[in-house]
Amino acid sequence: MSRQSEHKRLNSVGAYLLLFTYSTYLLLPLYWLVSMALRSNADILGSFELFPSNLTIGNFSEIFFSEVWRSGFVNSLSYVALNTVISLTVALPAAYVFSRYRFLGDRQLFFWLLTNRMAPPAVFLLPFFQLYSSVGLFDTPLAVALAHSLFTVPLSVWILEGFMAGVPKEIDEMAWLDGHSFLSFFFRIFLPINKGAIGVTVFFCFMFSWVELLLARTLTASDAKPIVVVMTRTVSASGLDWGLLSAAGVLTVIPGLVIVWFVRRHLVQGFTLGRVS
Amino acid sequence: MNGQKQDNRAWLGVLPVLLIVAFSAVIPLMTVVNYSVQDILDINTRLFVGFEWYRETLGDTRLQDALGRQLLFSSLVILIEIPLGILIALALPREGRVLSFLLILFAVPLLIPWNVVGTIWQIFARGDIGLLGASLEFLGISFNYASHPLHAWITLLAMDVWHWTSLVVLLAFAGLSSIAPAYYQAAELDDASRWQIFRFIEFPRLKGVLTIAVLLRLMDSLMIYTEPFVLTGGGPGNSTTFLSQYLATKAIGQFDLGPAAAFSVIYFLLVLLLCWIFYTAVVKDKGTDQ
Repeated sequence: MSRQSEHKRLNSVGAYLLLFTYSTYLLLPLYWLVSMALRSNADILGSFELFPSNLTIGNFSEIFFSEVWRSGFVNSLSYVALNTVISLTVALPAAYVFSRYRFLGDRQLFFWLLTNRMAPPAVFLLPFFQLYSSVGLFDTPLAVALAHSLFTVPLSVWILEGFMAGVPKEIDEMAWLDGHSFLSFFFRIFLPINKGAIGVTVFFCFMFSWVELLLARTLTASDAKPIVVVMTRTVSASGLDWGLLSAAGVLTVIPGLVIVWFVRRHLVQGFTLGRVS
Repeated sequence: MNGQKQDNRAWLGVLPVLLIVAFSAVIPLMTVVNYSVQDILDINTRLFVGFEWYRETLGDTRLQDALGRQLLFSSLVILIEIPLGILIALALPREGRVLSFLLILFAVPLLIPWNVVGTIWQIFARGDIGLLGASLEFLGISFNYASHPLHAWITLLAMDVWHWTSLVVLLAFAGLSSIAPAYYQAAELDDASRWQIFRFIEFPRLKGVLTIAVLLRLMDSLMIYTEPFVLTGGGPGNSTTFLSQYLATKAIGQFDLGPAAAFSVIYFLLVLLLCWIFYTAVVKDKGTDQ
């Protein structure tokens, strides 16, 4: 993408109005979530306040000092991390060969991978449950990570292939001439060139694995219960504690913000899966 | 995939992907197909029933209703989000701090867990404690998404627009950024109107990213589950029960293995078919274009 591209903007008053309206639309529910998180449940139910007057961090401290919430957070982060590692490990070599070679059945394979991304997770509920139970992985972060990899691996291959296809093949040949072995070329030269692409892929793996509820809920019972499930179960157990629920919601938004911050430079290109030509 | 060298050793590189996807896709899919033609009474007693479950599933009126609602929802979502996303992308500044800030802001809803999105809209739209609901009440409009189907639909659509329009914005913006300045200079020489610039310069070059945008929104809206589950629980009545929720109730709630499996196969094929129709339509279009 060129920085000096000159696409014409809409009439600027209208444009700013639209951007302002849309940003407000995005921000209002988030503002409301944060304001709820900073109030006690009694306060929330007692009075309607646009700007909360009795701020408290009680909800957050309740979460920090609760074993269930803490382990929920750790469980979620561990399967997201596992999923990202698995996806990158298998997708990097595959994306490399897709971008560099023709081989028997390559196009069919590529499209077949994509069809997995299209499958509704609900379709896999039952067989996943039985498959992971039968191999003894039920209720472990690894089960959730593997289940999510069905969706993140095809996506990773797609994104990485798009970026890698844009890296000139002369770089490979230069490296051979300089006497690099394949592995040394791949790890010392090729991966560093594609670090933006890897960042974007991490973003997308995260984006799927962190936000998903249905599979994560089905594949866990007690030990590996993720934060999103703790949230839904807490609601049903203790009635509705809106303050606590909001505070947990705020906490689940934070990892997303961190990731966005790290990949912000590559965000736009990543959203086209590296395929803007 | 314009690789030049034909080399079947490249299969080694894709082997790990193949193994992991086979483990998590092929085995489960085979299980589903297997269940869908059997009546499972207990572990040792299974009867082959052929297409019985398929016939039953296709004739199920509650399923047909869920399918109708699903198609309506997906169409509305695409009809709102795609044009709105393009418009916002066109309004974005080309560079600078405002742009970076807006892009980060736009990405935030995409990274919030889906049940939290449901929760956010629950506390936002409720008449008693929600900013939106309470404001509407204040204006004298009685708004209750939990008891009124139309209100439930409006809330769900507003939530989906909030959640996913940014995806279209980011895609369309990436597409716009890649258009060479020369095109705009030529348009200026020809005294083209804003609409003409969009119609004849921008739109044709956005087709690729818009295809991705529509495909992603189509796939994801067809499998929507968590947000309506949290927000409305599929109600009031069944008015917001979509396909995934219906399936999840059948498979995990009632443990109806055979019918649930048959439904899964039909559901999967339906999504594939819709995506394939769209995909080939666009690819064909491209073929005649260039």
